[in-house]
Amino acid sequence: MLETNGHPNRLGLVGWLGGGRWGAERYLYTLHRLTGLGLLAYFLLHIVVTSSRALGPAAWQAAMGRVSGPIFVAGEFLVFVAFAFHGLNGIRLVLVELGWAIGKPIEPVYPYRTSVDEQRPLAIAVMVLAGLLVFAGGLDFFVLH
Amino acid sequence: MIPAPTDVIFRIRRFDPLARPQPAWEEHTIRYAPGMTVLDGLRLIKETRQPALAWRSSCRMGVCGSCGMFINGQPRLACNTQITHLDSLPVVVAPLPNFAIIRDLVPDLRPMFDAHVALHPYLIRDDAAEMAEPTGEYYQSPEQLEHFLQFSYCIKCGCCMAACPTYATDPAYSGPMPLTQAHRYNADSRDGGFVERKAVLSGEQGPWKCHYAGECSRACPKGVDPARAIQLMKRQLVFAYLRLYAQPCPSKVVPKPTEIKRRADVPEAPARTIAR
Amino acid sequence: MRDQALWTWHVLAGVVIAVLLGLHMTIMHLDVLVGIFNPADPHPIEWGNVVARARQGFFLVSYVVLLGAALFHGLYGLRNILFELGPGAGAKRAVNALLTAGGVAMFAFGALAAWAASTLARTL
Repeated sequence: MLETNGHPNRLGLVGWLGGGRWGAERYLYTLHRLTGLGLLAYFLLHIVVTSSRALGPAAWQAAMGRVSGPIFVAGEFLVFVAFAFHGLNGIRLVLVELGWAIGKPIEPVYPYRTSVDEQRPLAIAVMVLAGLLVFAGGLDFFVLH
Repeated sequence: MIPAPTDVIFRIRRFDPLARPQPAWEEHTIRYAPGMTVLDGLRLIKETRQPALAWRSSCRMGVCGSCGMFINGQPRLACNTQITHLDSLPVVVAPLPNFAIIRDLVPDLRPMFDAHVALHPYLIRDDAAEMAEPTGEYYQSPEQLEHFLQFSYCIKCGCCMAACPTYATDPAYSGPMPLTQAHRYNADSRDGGFVERKAVLSGEQGPWKCHYAGECSRACPKGVDPARAIQLMKRQLVFAYLRLYAQPCPSKVVPKPTEIKRRADVPEAPARTIAR
Repeated sequence: MRDQALWTWHVLAGVVIAVLLGLHMTIMHLDVLVGIFNPADPHPIEWGNVVARARQGFFLVSYVVLLGAALFHGLYGLRNILFELGPGAGAKRAVNALLTAGGVAMFAFGALAAWAASTLARTL
């Protein structure tokens, strides 16, 4: 590839965050990345912590005792929230990125109705469902226990 | 939308590699005229205030794709952007992001065109003789045309590349324009090059770094909807990998009709004057 | 594996995770509202419940499948994020090797723990 020697001008990581002037889907994309990283970090620790069940009840209770404080409970709720968003947005992405929820190619007539507009109802439905799931989880975490 | 101002301040990102190593902002104030576009404003500034200002433009009507710039935080065509259609003043004009700056508002678009060429954006068939000396038309129904017509409206302005968050950090990513043009040919019923393009698209130059931020489709000044093209292409490629899809045979040639007679009042065409 | 293959499996793994992790979250965190697979005590993480689940072959299999799918899905996502920062060829090879080795090691560890827990539960 021909390398250019003009002045560098990539947006870099700022391009991932947008500038407040971008569309909703761009922020869903950024949030999907952040929740994915959070879930991955939690998951790797989770494998180690829950492996203690192979060593019997004493080891298990010790491990669960270590992660039962209020900070851990709050953190676990955040993991649940991240899962609710990442999972439901992921279902939306499967439908969109395999070309089902974006509509057929059309003759573009201004003002353009793009695939982003076509999948907007799905995005809203997914966010509402995620909200409901977070509400149900919040009830279970903090109210009913 | 803003009400028509009397004077407009233009805040322009200037860069002259021979004068100063870093880009810098420069402000100019001009008198507003009704219907003034950003391109009109730049021309007035160059004619009356700053003769050294450099940019690309040509058709001034949104069909050539030369004047892509970063105007008030969005990649747009300068000729297509009415000053009163912006959200606020001053008019902040910078060169298109994600491309190196050659001078002032002139971006280096060569990486985009290199990526474009690498994806074979032309009809690939095995009847070279027919393509060189056509004996008829390649058959294509209106339904088959619909599959790719939207993506053929691309004017290669680079606004989608400037809007893409992946292209903002990853120079190895092909970008929305090359990928959309690859799909435009994959979806064309006259084309037989899916296997050849798939060999390139299944690797790093493919659409796998697209995560549907959708900004390319929002930025596109011609309604090409590159995001749609890229997702449709992912479906084709994934189904091809899972052995659930194979490109159909390319369109056959429809020979010219032979039993039709010329109407008596229609003269013959004049003799060919350009050598083959 | 080429990017096309990796991405396809990433999406398939995502669908598998949506089902299995959805079940896991329902068991663990929607237990009062839905209440499944928690026969012993009120809390899903009580030893009695853990043993009851570990005895069932369905849970051994689904935990191992979920472990593999989630490790692949998550580490491929991390690889994508790292690669999109535009590293050089050497850095890419290093990231590939580290993530593959780390993923395989975690899978072996987790699968072994699941199997050992299942064996222990059947003796109790």
